[in-house]
Formats: sequence, C-alpha cells, structure tokens
Amino acid sequence: MPLALIKHALGLSRPKRQLPAQKELRSNYDVVIVGGGGHGLAAAYYLAKDWGVTNVAVLEKSWLGGGNTARNTAIVRSNYITPEGVRFYKESMGLFETLSQDLDFNVMYTKRGHLTLAHTDAAMRTMRWRAEVNKHMGVQSELVDDQDVARIEPALNMSRDVRWPILGALHHPVGATARHDAVAWGYAQRAAEMGVEIHQGTEVTGFELSGGKIVSVQTTRGKVGCGKVLQAVAGMSSKVAGMAGVTLPIRTIPLQACVSQPLKPFLDTIIVSGSLHCYIWQSQRGECVMGGAVDPYPLQAPRSTLDFKEGLMAHMLELIPGLADAPLMRQWAGLADMTPDFSPVMGKTSLENHYIDAGWGTWGFKATPVCGKRMAECVATEKVPDILSAFRFDRFKTFDQVGEAGAASVGS
Amino acid sequence: MKIMNCPLNGPRNISEFAYGGEVKPTPAPEAPSQDWADYVYYHANQPGILREWWLHVPTSYWFIAERDVTTDRIIATFKPEEVLR
Ligand SMILES: Cc1cc2nc3c(=O)[nH]c(=O)nc-3n(C[C@H](O)[C@H](O)[C@H](O)COP(=O)(O)OP(=O)(O)OC[C@H]3O[C@@H](n4cnc5c(N)ncnc54)[C@H](O)[C@@H]3O)c2cc1C
Repeated sequence: MPLALIKHALGLSRPKRQLPAQKELRSNYDVVIVGGGGHGLAAAYYLAKDWGVTNVAVLEKSWLGGGNTARNTAIVRSNYITPEGVRFYKESMGLFETLSQDLDFNVMYTKRGHLTLAHTDAAMRTMRWRAEVNKHMGVQSELVDDQDVARIEPALNMSRDVRWPILGALHHPVGATARHDAVAWGYAQRAAEMGVEIHQGTEVTGFELSGGKIVSVQTTRGKVGCGKVLQAVAGMSSKVAGMAGVTLPIRTIPLQACVSQPLKPFLDTIIVSGSLHCYIWQSQRGECVMGGAVDPYPLQAPRSTLDFKEGLMAHMLELIPGLADAPLMRQWAGLADMTPDFSPVMGKTSLENHYIDAGWGTWGFKATPVCGKRMAECVATEKVPDILSAFRFDRFKTFDQVGEAGAASVGS
Repeated sequence: MKIMNCPLNGPRNISEFAYGGEVKPTPAPEAPSQDWADYVYYHANQPGILREWWLHVPTSYWFIAERDVTTDRIIATFKPEEVLR
C-alpha cells in the first residue's frame, strides 16, 4: 500500500495534489516537453529520476492530464499480437504493478481479468495466435472455450440464439484498470518535486529551426530556447509535428466512450469484442464504462454522436441484455491518432533534436509508464532503446510495419 | 443524421459513405517505392479545410469532398473529373 495512504490513515499527513506555483518561463531549457498528458509527464519524471535531467519544462496548452489521459477508459493489458508489441506492453504492466509504491501516490491499479471474445472461427484462430505469441513472451494468456467464458464471467449472455454467439475468448487474467487521472497527477507531482517545471495554459504555436535542429519553441507566453524537444500531444501530433516540418503516418479520428449510472457490482472482468466493436467493465463506483471503435472518418475535434450509442448498444445488449434498463450518465470523446499498422510511433524524427511519442490510437494509456521511461532514456542518451526500435517513425518508408490491428482495433 | 451530397446520387445519409483519404498527386507507377510509401502512409492531417476522397458505398461511386476537418462541415462535393483536370 502506498506510504502516503498509511500516513494519511494515521493522520500524519494529508495527501497532496498540489504543484508548485507556476513560474515565469525561463529563456532556455535542456528539454522542452510539449504536452502535459500522462506520456509527457511520465517522460519528465523518468528524465529527472533515471537520468538526473531536471532543467525540463512541460508545456501544456490547457491543464495537465486534461487531454486523452482524462478521457480514456483506463484499461491496461499486454495481450497484443506482435512480439514487439507484447514485449513493450509487458514492460509497461510491470511498471504499473509497483507504480503506486514508486510514486507514493495511489493510482488504483486493479487486476480484473480480461476476456477478448470470439464470435467466429476466424476470431478463434486470431485468439489462438495471440495466446501463443503471448505465452512465448511470458505473458499470461489462454484461449478458452464457451464453457470457460461462462464460468469466468457469469454475467455474459451465452445463448446461441443471438446474431453472434460467443464461441470462446482470449483470457488474460492479469488484465487491469488504473485511475487514469491519478497516473498523470502522480507523475506530475513527483517530477515537479525533482525540479521539472510544469507550465499549464501554455500552448506551443511554432518552432524555430536552424541547421536541421529546433533551436527555440514559440508559445503563447513567449519564446524559449531548447536543447531537445519531445512532443507527446496525442491527437494533435500531426499539427505539432507539422510546425517542425515533419509529416507523420497518422490520421486523427475521434474515439467515443460512455458510462452508465452506478449499478450493483455484477461484472468482474473486462469484456472486449473486436467483432462486435464494443467493450465494457464495471468501475469501483458501479458504473459500466463502455466504448467501441473509432468514428468512421477523421476529424480534428472531439464530439459525441448518436450513431456511436446506437451502434454500441445494439451489440452490448446482446452480450448483457440486463443493461437495457440502465440509464447512461455521460458520453464523451477524445482524439485518437491512428497509424496504418495500429502501432505507436516513438523515437527521433528526421530533425536532430526532435523526439516523438505519437500514434497512440485508442490504446496508449496502458503504455504511459513504459513510454515515459524509454522515451526519457532515448532523449537522455540520444540512443534508441531496443524496445522502441521497431516503432521508429520512418518505418513505413521501408515497409517495416508492426501489424497490431488484430489486437488493437477495439478494446483500447 | 448527417447528410452528404453525392455528386451522382444526391443527398444521402453519411452512413452510406466511406472515407478514402486526402486528395494528393498519385506517383507514377514506376516511381521509387519511397514515393509510394509517402503517398500511401503519410498524411497532412492538419486542422482546417481539406480535399478528400469519398466513396458512395451502395453505388461504388468515388468522388471528392471539401470538408472542414475541425468542424466536420462538408463545404462542397465534386465529381473527380471536375477537380483532377
Ligand atoms: C474514449 C477513449 C478511450 C480510451 N481508452 C483507452 C484504454 O482503455 N486503454 C488505453 O491504453 N488507452 C485508451 N485510450 C487512449 C489513450 O487515452 C491515449 O492513447 C493516451 O491518453 C495518450 O496519452 P498522451 O499523454 O500521449 O496524450 P494526452 O493525454 O492527450 O496529452 C496530450 C496533451 O498535449 C496537449 N497539447 C496538444 N497540443 C498542444 C500544444 N500545441 N501545446 C501544448 N500542449 C498541447 C493537450 O492539451 C493534452 O493535454 C482511449 C482514448 C479515448 C479517447
């Protein structure tokens, strides 16, 4: 249990969520991080902690953790399909395991188990493939049949008398959720304690380039010189990279989610169906957190639609008919930056001191710790860590895709 | 319901259409594979007004739309031959 919680329980100290008062921007930083979401803040934390780089500014146009970090459905798992993907997310889950202790900040990491349902023979084949790759990489993952599914999650409708009966599933017992906001707050607070400056309400509006390098960053609060720039702006990746003249293999597409009113606890596991384009889990408060696939076409602004709810519910009610009477409380959207192979883009760009953390699509929350840690290593050492090399930003130029569509298309 | 004006079939529900990517010059068939990689994978993807390929699925008709990708406002739609020469 996090020490802060015990201290709080004993009345020794109050849990803190404050950051130091925001200062004037300095004229120069060793590293400027654009984007104060989970990823940017995690990178700032590991830069300071692992590499002693503390002359760092995180520039956030609105408020920290308010972008996709605040909008995601908080699912953490590592049952991907490519060895590169599985290895990467496995490391992230390892970091999540001890994150509350490491940050002394409760991120409410909770293992629930994760079922990816199969409704067709083709889906069963993909699940078997994933299970084998996962096991090979040391990740707990098993193909189970319909009877096992019924035992693992009794809330599911196992009737054969539906459009898409459940034939089996990929069972990932370690699948988990974490409090997404707390992940950002925890990283922010610890990074700030080590001297990282976090500037909210500070939008990056341009870069000044000279000799293949970014020499300064223009912001709504003036210009700052920079040694290196790391951009971690999720749905705004193309826009920000464009300011540096860098084109990305990314399309920005809204992703929507919703929650029901709190219900009595009835659902233990995280349920995902790639074929039916929907997923659901029940929060500690009893709300059903639900989502689907990205919208059918690109858009640079989030908005909620009726189509999303209709499409989602048609399938959801087949899986859990009892939800028909549950009122929805909230619906919202974020911006997913989709790559052609459904894998992220990380590392150096074509500019000498420009580092990118992008292409997170619908699945990047679970990568927050590993991406922060390894991007910090990449920035500090100027070498691309092994675990990131497959995700390099120019991999499409050489047709070296990391095809994760089979494991990342829905279900975050 | 969001309506898009198909140059062949007239106004239709947006759910009848499929997105086909930004309009950009197609490389020559014998162009280096780098150019084809750029064409297929890399996108401007910038906020503002873009020209895009769209497909009316029931009739397999490809056309070009000018859309504000920040507000999702469809400004105009064209037959491809109106734009591409
Ligand atoms: C509905 C939904 C559900 C999801 N569910 C899951 C899930 O269950 N599991 C999972 O792993 N992932 C999920 N995701 C994906 C996940 O949310 C993202 O991949 C992740 O949050 C990306 O983190 P980030 O820190 O890179 O981005 P963000 O949290 O979006 O942070 C980027 C920040 O950059 C700022 N910014 C942008 N432009 C500028 C600028 N010019 N200057 C300064 N600052 C700027 C933004 O304001 C923002 O705060 C979901 C996403 C959505 C939308």
